[in-house]
Amino acid sequence: MAHSASDIAAPVAQGSGGEAKMASPPGVFLRSQKRKSVNLGDTIFQSSTTFFAFLVFVLVFLMAYEMYRGSVPSIEKFGWSFLTREIWDPVQDEYGALVFIFGTVVSSIVALTFALPLSIGVAVFLSELAPGWIEKPMSFLIELLAAIPSIVYGLWGVFVLVPWLRVSVEPVLSRNLKFLPFFTGPSYGFGMLAAGIILAIMVLPIITSISRDVLKAIPTAQREAALALGATRWETTRIVLSDAKSGLLGATLLGLGRAVGETMAVTMVIGNRPEISASLLAPGYTMASVIANEFTEATSDMYVSSLIEIALILFVLTVLLNAAARLIVWSVTKKFKNA
Amino acid sequence: MQEQETAIDDRVAKAPLVIGTKREAGHMIETKMSTKNVEAFFGKSQALFGISLDIPTKNVVAIIGPSGCGKSTYLRCLNRMHEVAGGTRKGSIMLDGEEINEYDPVLLRRRVGMVFQKPNPFPSMSIFDNVAAGLRLNGTTKKKTLEEIVERSLRQAALFDEVKDILDRSGVSLSGGQQQRLCIARALAVDPEVILMDEPASALDPIATAKIEELIQELKKNYTIVIVTHNMQQAARVSDLTAFFYIGKLIEFDETNRLFTSPQKKQTEDYITGRFG
Amino acid sequence: MKLGYSTYHYWRKSKSAITTTLCVLSALVAVVPLFLIFFYSLSQGIGSLNLNFFIKMPTPVGESGGGMANAIVGTGILIGLGSLLGLPVSIMTGIYLAEHKHGSFASIVRFLTDVLSGIPSIVVGVVAYIIVVLPMKHFSALAGGVALGILMIPTATRTTEEMMLLVPHTIREAALALGIPRWKVTLRVILPSALRGITTGILLALARAAGETAPLLFTALGNRFWSTDIGQPIAALSVFIYDYARAPFADWNRQAWAAAFVLIFLITIINVIFRFVTRGRYAGTGNGH
Repeated sequence: MAHSASDIAAPVAQGSGGEAKMASPPGVFLRSQKRKSVNLGDTIFQSSTTFFAFLVFVLVFLMAYEMYRGSVPSIEKFGWSFLTREIWDPVQDEYGALVFIFGTVVSSIVALTFALPLSIGVAVFLSELAPGWIEKPMSFLIELLAAIPSIVYGLWGVFVLVPWLRVSVEPVLSRNLKFLPFFTGPSYGFGMLAAGIILAIMVLPIITSISRDVLKAIPTAQREAALALGATRWETTRIVLSDAKSGLLGATLLGLGRAVGETMAVTMVIGNRPEISASLLAPGYTMASVIANEFTEATSDMYVSSLIEIALILFVLTVLLNAAARLIVWSVTKKFKNA
Repeated sequence: MQEQETAIDDRVAKAPLVIGTKREAGHMIETKMSTKNVEAFFGKSQALFGISLDIPTKNVVAIIGPSGCGKSTYLRCLNRMHEVAGGTRKGSIMLDGEEINEYDPVLLRRRVGMVFQKPNPFPSMSIFDNVAAGLRLNGTTKKKTLEEIVERSLRQAALFDEVKDILDRSGVSLSGGQQQRLCIARALAVDPEVILMDEPASALDPIATAKIEELIQELKKNYTIVIVTHNMQQAARVSDLTAFFYIGKLIEFDETNRLFTSPQKKQTEDYITGRFG
Repeated sequence: MKLGYSTYHYWRKSKSAITTTLCVLSALVAVVPLFLIFFYSLSQGIGSLNLNFFIKMPTPVGESGGGMANAIVGTGILIGLGSLLGLPVSIMTGIYLAEHKHGSFASIVRFLTDVLSGIPSIVVGVVAYIIVVLPMKHFSALAGGVALGILMIPTATRTTEEMMLLVPHTIREAALALGIPRWKVTLRVILPSALRGITTGILLALARAAGETAPLLFTALGNRFWSTDIGQPIAALSVFIYDYARAPFADWNRQAWAAAFVLIFLITIINVIFRFVTRGRYAGTGNGH
């Protein structure tokens, strides 16, 4: 380079715009070409995906609406008393949902009584105690438990659980605890207890896996802090559990939601008798079961309408439970993600 | 006539010397991209403060500076990837004299390509498909055309000989250095005019890094290259011009030799001599 | 005073040991029913799991032998219908949700999908009855397909969304930087990368649908004879299990067990595949169940 330093003007930094010539290579933009992202492909794609998302949105409301419409005759005839009447008489066309609400509630409570402690125990085991090589296969097995169809549980319930209850368990309970109203009456095997147990088995995987996720979402720092203070393993876990309280509540609500809606397994073991009884040994009837059993045999329009109204009650109940549960679980994991 | 020539000579003599271009009478320096008073924001927080900088054609411009000084942000403004990450920009950026904001970013990005820090070949595609991706997805489907362009791009990226027999193997089955050269080939296949490189060798071992640096020297014969690097020695080895950024501002921009041997600003000197960084 | 171990300390330690043991026991107890069901169905059903089971038609009431050929085909048709109706919606919605991670409408749709997943299958069956069976004035496979399609939507949508979100954002960046239009990036680069996970997730949704009984009871109804007409009632494996389980014939009961075993077996395989395909990617996300 023969040029000396002084020949060279100031560095390009401060805008040499005027001096340098702009070249015009072949691929220059044309004003006529697409302005600012008006791209046809993008628009079509966006609209399509939005359309389908909107379909899902509409679907949920459509379902609610159709069920409401189908229940109108029954709602008009019975009003709110539908929820408190114990009558279920197809012959007279007089209906009331109380028996089934009772059945659903009681069977779910029994189920939760068995399932909740077990689920929390398993969740604690999986998240706090088990080493990885046990935890992963076991989590998988629990998921498998959730994947087994209701009808298969029902099958097992009818041929294994019910006979076992009738022969080995209920006579014992009936003999020794008959002073309690819960254990009066003959032991059919079929009945509320059987339904409760089967529901417990079906509900356990859900509560367990969500609880486990909630527990895992709590940062290790919390546990370390507790241990560093000299807490025992159990005490540390108790602290973690109380942190996770609302998440566990959410998990329970979700499990409850499933228990409330379970149909086949319950129908096959509960006895399907529309009676309210305090005894666990007595047969019962749930909302889901009555729909499953009697829908195709419903002879009159009012009969069908009442059944649809029961489906509506179930719908509202599970939607509320689910919504509440999701909101709670979401807020817990969010709280700890931000921590 | 004489006066005109003298006037032109004067202008030429006064125009900045750009390494690699001949300073012949009448031959002006071409600016490929010019940025004036560029300011970049992420929501309310500002990342770049009034950057004005001209990038000459077929040169390598290196951008150096400590972490977080806005080098990558600036680079991503050049091909409007900054807005993909949710940022906003003020100021003007021109490619061949035309403001890039006025046009479909898709078209811009075909002319201004980018190579990223961590090699990111498409995992669901073979080596061939990776290189051809930019072409295929923009409408070129003729097998012969694709084959020609893929081979040419792989040769330009100095990768063809290594992969010519395994073109249908997955893109992610290559080593890190090969993957990065694959990404370069992929960027070259759409025939850009400018190639932006965001710390292209920082994830690679020294041998792969050397290969990439060699490649850049070859590529600059045909393409304008802007490379962000946190490695000063690499900037010194590879570039014709270097810009030093510090906390979102352009501190100094000069020919590489001069910047590294006799920097004008104290901050530049401090950074180069390692007093901070 | 020495750092002695007081009685209280021992009490705390033993409380910890007891509760730990209880937790381990719970885990064992929880898994027992799974094995019970699995092995019971195998042992009870194995007698009936022969070739006849798969290719023969059901026998008249009371006779032994025969099989569930029509039910197997029927379940296949029902799942096919359900997929046709439910999968396109799910995949597109899943893509929408993945592309609009923070949008407000997207959050609403995401929430509603979760709500949909909690609705009991029997309620969905009632809806399908109202919107398909009533207008058509008879039961049909189509109605069953509608019910199953609706049931598939939550799982398939959630899977699509999660798998799309798992594709690293660097891939999207690289594709955009090549000057590929946004929609092509989503459809031709990201979706293919996520496809393996999505397919397995859909298989899971199909497996769930195959086991559904309640919604079919008054939509597809069931059919003792061979039928592939979607406008007519159709047999289904799950409904057959229900009918055969309640029948007083031991041979039919065994067939019910055999069918149950087939279902469990398929579901297990699909779950294993799903786990295998998504191994290591989930690491305790919020709602993994």
